[in-house]
Amino acid sequence: MMTAALFFAFGCFGLGLLFNLWRIATGPDAADRILALDTMVINVIAMLILYGIYRSTAMYYEAAMLVAMVGFVSTVAYCRFVLRGDIIE
Amino acid sequence: MSDGNVFLIIIALLPFAGALMPGLMIRAGRTACASFTAIPTALALTMLIVLAPDVMRGEVIQYELQWLPQLGLSASFFLDGLGLLFAGMILGVGLLITLYARFYLSGEDPMGQFYTYLLLFQGAMLGIVLSDNILLLLIFWELTSLSSFLLIGYWKHLPEGRQGARMALAVTGAGGLAMIGGMLILGNIVGSYNLTDILAAGDQIKAHDWYMPALILILLGAFTKSAQFPFHFWLPHAMAAPTPVSAYLHSATMVKAGVFLMARMWPALAGTEAWFYIVASVGLITMVVGAVIALFKDDLKALLAFSTVSHLGLLTMLLGFGTDKAAIAAVFHIINHLTFKAALFMTAGIVDHETHTRDIKRLGGLSALMPITAVIGTIAALSMAGIPLFNGFISKEKMLEEAAHTVWWDNPWIIGALATLGALFSVAYSLRFIFHVFGGPVRDDYPAKPHDPPFGMWAAPALLCIPVVLIGVMPHLAEPLVNVAAGAVTGVEQNAKLKLWHGLTPALYMSIIAVIGGAILLWLHKPLDRAWIAAPRPEAKTIFDALIAAVVSLTRRMTDLLFTGEISRYLAIFVAASVALGAVAWSGGGLAAPDRAPLPVDPVVWVGWVLLVAATGAVVLMHRHRFRALVLIGIIGLMISSGFVFLSAPDLALTQISVETVTILLLLIALHFLPKETPIESGVGRRLRDGVIALVAGGGVAAVAYAFLQRNVETISDYHLANSYEGGGGTNVVNVILVDFRGYDTYGEIIVLGIAGLIIFAVMEALLNGPAGRRLRNMELSQDRSRDRHPLMMVVATRVMMPIALMVGIYIFLRGHNQPGGGFVSGLVVSIALLMQYMASGFAWTQNRQRIEYHTLIGWGVIIAGLTGAGAWLAGKPFLTSAFGYVHWPPIEEFELATAMLFDLGVFLAVLGAVMLMLYSLSRLARHAGETVNVEPMDYDPVERQDKREGEA
Repeated sequence: MMTAALFFAFGCFGLGLLFNLWRIATGPDAADRILALDTMVINVIAMLILYGIYRSTAMYYEAAMLVAMVGFVSTVAYCRFVLRGDIIE
Repeated sequence: MSDGNVFLIIIALLPFAGALMPGLMIRAGRTACASFTAIPTALALTMLIVLAPDVMRGEVIQYELQWLPQLGLSASFFLDGLGLLFAGMILGVGLLITLYARFYLSGEDPMGQFYTYLLLFQGAMLGIVLSDNILLLLIFWELTSLSSFLLIGYWKHLPEGRQGARMALAVTGAGGLAMIGGMLILGNIVGSYNLTDILAAGDQIKAHDWYMPALILILLGAFTKSAQFPFHFWLPHAMAAPTPVSAYLHSATMVKAGVFLMARMWPALAGTEAWFYIVASVGLITMVVGAVIALFKDDLKALLAFSTVSHLGLLTMLLGFGTDKAAIAAVFHIINHLTFKAALFMTAGIVDHETHTRDIKRLGGLSALMPITAVIGTIAALSMAGIPLFNGFISKEKMLEEAAHTVWWDNPWIIGALATLGALFSVAYSLRFIFHVFGGPVRDDYPAKPHDPPFGMWAAPALLCIPVVLIGVMPHLAEPLVNVAAGAVTGVEQNAKLKLWHGLTPALYMSIIAVIGGAILLWLHKPLDRAWIAAPRPEAKTIFDALIAAVVSLTRRMTDLLFTGEISRYLAIFVAASVALGAVAWSGGGLAAPDRAPLPVDPVVWVGWVLLVAATGAVVLMHRHRFRALVLIGIIGLMISSGFVFLSAPDLALTQISVETVTILLLLIALHFLPKETPIESGVGRRLRDGVIALVAGGGVAAVAYAFLQRNVETISDYHLANSYEGGGGTNVVNVILVDFRGYDTYGEIIVLGIAGLIIFAVMEALLNGPAGRRLRNMELSQDRSRDRHPLMMVVATRVMMPIALMVGIYIFLRGHNQPGGGFVSGLVVSIALLMQYMASGFAWTQNRQRIEYHTLIGWGVIIAGLTGAGAWLAGKPFLTSAFGYVHWPPIEEFELATAMLFDLGVFLAVLGAVMLMLYSLSRLARHAGETVNVEPMDYDPVERQDKREGEA
């Protein structure tokens, strides 16, 4: 049961990732792309946690946390670039 | 072996140590400066005199110090008769020149520099004559070229000085290069670079197949240094140097280095037909050509320069004869030439100094105005002419004697006749020096009123005239020194007798012919001079300049061909070459059959793979929209990081995600100042070609990766896995590799990283203060911008994040040795935490809170890592050997302490400092582009703006 649920979740998030990719590729706006990339980071974090459950190890939780910690920084930077041009001012 | 041997190395090093003094002592005055130059010279001379009695008894004093035994290079010195003669000459004349230069140099000349160069040269020259290792000798040989370059170009404001210095360096330097080749061959033949061994292996060398190449290369070095035909042309141009330099380098010492080398190598190389025909013929030609040109030079120093060329030719010829008697004559003439030629140069310097001209045609009658100088000059010039009762006569007599007995290509008289011709011209120019400068009616059209110089200036040449006369009258006084030096040259004990009167020998008749012929030539000088000026003759300087220009244009063409500055071309060449090499390797085959079954593919992996490939393809399609490409690169980074997680490499994933973030930040900062679209610059054909290259290369790499994935290959990883815990005390193999197995690499890398950070900072600094900075200030940056620079939410969120991120950074650092993490990752994590503050709260606000300069962080990082590595020396282990132990702290359970952790701290600091310095430097661009800086975070007040706008309306 657990395995089936896991695989269902994998499928959903995988599909989500592919949709994100579609959004990034087609746009139409820079904001769409940035948002899609940020969502992609979130989805990857989810995948990591799911994979950790699947392999029953804690190591992936930590990796997921670190990705969460630094993953949003680039989103912020992209946004600042779009809004202000200069990311450090 | 006496205890005095250690003197040898002191003698050789004293001038170098002393060279520091004059530059400092010039502040205490010119006399103090000269005195402090004289002290090391005098000390070295004293030590040499202490050693002299032993050498005169025929002993060879040796001192050896191992330097680089792996290369056969040892700092070994030895002193035999030849070395004693030359070292005495170098130091003795050095003292006289120091005295003379004190009065010769004017107040405007930087005297401290002069004496420093002089001592450097002296040290290099002493090194040559005392070295017992040919590699060491070569080093000193090059040093004489370099220091003489500085001395010739001493008057930097004179173009002739600079050109002369360059020419001398080019010619002697090229010769030196050839000599290195020759010496290495010699060393290989004998199997030792020790001069003593080489000199003992003469027969082995002469019988060897490589004897000819070695001989020619070494002779090239000697001939260029000693200004032998056809390399003689640099010496007259080097006369642009101050006269003390000409007297010291270009008559007494440096130009004799070539002669010295031929004398030194005499037992190893001389005595073969090749030696005779090359050395004797070149010497003979040089002697005659130099003497003929000298007669027609109007510049006093040029006359002396060509006369030196001629006399060097004479010495070379004598050494080329290869007989013991000729060697004795050569050694004897070295002493005599030194005394009279140095005195003559100093006399010419005095004349120049007093009358302000060196043009013989403008001089005359100086004997009445400068009687002392005239006496000195006349004595020395008569000796140069080879007139009896002066030392030049006796050695010239011996030379003629040898020349008369030598057969050249079955021709018994040609050498004698040409030698007599050389001597004849030598008499002519010597007499011209006397009669056209000091003789004749007194003139009153000198640029300055001439009179005898102060005692200090004529003391040195006068002192040199004493041996000129003394040896001339009582030649047996020079016997012991000549015999011991000639003994060292030939390797056989010599007992020559030097006499004034040899009876009615052929040499005497040749001498008489030379003197009478020389007098007649001088009498005919006017018409001959007119003919000489009218006659076409090759001008060495024009030829040399044309040659140099040709070489320069050739190398420039080559550079232009190879170095276009177009990175796509370099990459294309590089990649195509790699592909070609890969194809060659492929055709060799040799791979075992695949022995690994493919693993089943998870659907998760499928998704990741699709994302990766699609994003990469999208980058290729969209790369002209730079921002879009950056977003796509973000996907690739994310996928690679999660790939690492999936493949159980959490370390790499951590590092990758941090590196991705920092890279994106850097690129975004840069993109702000760059065009947002990449223009199309190359044609379709070219892009197609590049595309094909890229596809082939990518396919090749994929094929290699696939081939290795299919096979079980033994790699070094197994060793690392096996030894990580036992040898490095850590279970995190990646970290142990970084700080222990490959610690040296890591150390080098953090230094490179630090240097890169500093260079970016320095380049930015230079850029912003240059024209680029001005352009930047006028740059139109994006107009349509959000007005809130530092959104409230972001400021608050990043402040809360800061301590957490720092905590995580420290945690990752501390556990790095045993679990995923380490200095590199934690450095990146901490720098991302700091960068967030810069982005959210603004540059100035963050900068105000920065306590330690990033430069300092880099410095400390490298220092800590280096000290940790060096700490291993204290334990008697090699650099960077790590140690570890376990301590038990009550509250924290067992705790490991490894020196690797200290090293990792260095890595952490260097990474943090470098990353921050780079971002800081790049973001300074914006300050320059005219953007204002906030003082407070959250400096945007919408209400205020609203009011303002309403007010304006």
